[in-house]
Amino acid sequence: MLRVIAVLIAALWVAGACPAAAADTINPDADFKAFRDYFTKKFPKVPLNDFVNGPYSMDAGLRKQWEAIEDFPPYDFAVDRGKEMFGTPFKNGKTYGDCFANKGIGVRQNYPYFDEKSGEVITLELALNRCREANGEPPFSYVKDEMASLTAYMAFTSRGKLFDIKIPNDPRALAAYQNGEKYFYSRRGQLNFSCASCHVQSAGQHIRTEVLAPALGILAAMPIYRSEWGSMGTISRRFVTCNSQVRGVPLEPQDENYRDVEYYLSYMANGLPISGPGARP
Amino acid sequence: MRTIFAMTGLVMLAAASAAQAASTQADFDAAMAAATAADKEAAMLKNRWTPTEQALAAAKKAAAAGDFDTAVKDAQHAEALAKASIAQAKEQDTAWKAAVIH
Repeated sequence: MLRVIAVLIAALWVAGACPAAAADTINPDADFKAFRDYFTKKFPKVPLNDFVNGPYSMDAGLRKQWEAIEDFPPYDFAVDRGKEMFGTPFKNGKTYGDCFANKGIGVRQNYPYFDEKSGEVITLELALNRCREANGEPPFSYVKDEMASLTAYMAFTSRGKLFDIKIPNDPRALAAYQNGEKYFYSRRGQLNFSCASCHVQSAGQHIRTEVLAPALGILAAMPIYRSEWGSMGTISRRFVTCNSQVRGVPLEPQDENYRDVEYYLSYMANGLPISGPGARP
Repeated sequence: MRTIFAMTGLVMLAAASAAQAASTQADFDAAMAAATAADKEAAMLKNRWTPTEQALAAAKKAAAAGDFDTAVKDAQHAEALAKASIAQAKEQDTAWKAAVIH
């Protein structure tokens, strides 16, 4: 009799424990489906590929302004400068192209990736600076200027190509993915906002005069020319300013947390087209 | 009765003045040490707040000007902000999961 009771208790305990365990399981495929369903159901009139256009997919008036801006895009100078820089050899005679697959043309959609050798997430910005350092050149600032120009050119050569972010069967890759997910949903700063507070729960709503972009495909247009900045900015710049805006002290550009959240968001964007470089209010 | 009120008021004013005048370099040093320790813990958690930085800077500026009352007050404010950011980081360490889209 005692044994029967013990078995029943164990069965009940297991039944109770299973949902909690399931919630803790890292399942990028299930996350991807839920993430996509959330946005497509929330914005049923927005075509899937249009999410990469951020606020312009949410607001007709803004879209008209953007279409007019695209006649003379403010990021054009960065693309031209980036192209020139990309083709200029380092002092040792090698070029950026020597550091990348397909000589760096049309590869933006594969970044960031998880490097199984080093066990870390490699973003395009990090890869560019590592390329420079491997060839005896000093690294660039991660937030704007030269880095924005180089990534603008590389994004431009990848326009229309679909995000193809892979999570290898490596527990370290899954841990990086989950750390990125955690960073995205964690509240921070004195204002107690998470990335998701604005770009999931409040996507499409106004914050003062700005329309909050949906998180789905939010990195596809990077780097961007922001009218607010009056210049180009990289993904690093975007993360740094987001943290400051909620009164949090930003991390160093390319901190592990920033790279991991880029990995998470880019995986969520798989199958969506690269639209960068972009222009934003 | 009126005399009692007046005397009470004077005593309160005197006490308040005494408390305000009590801040010294040593008080500031102690308040600043506590604030800095809390801020370091927040930094280890990668969750510092910009108002904490501002309060710490204000405290140092007031101390440099010899205004220890303000300096102590700002340092205590910085400590409170740093402790709030630590509490936020610890709470969010698990609370984030409730916000995930499922």
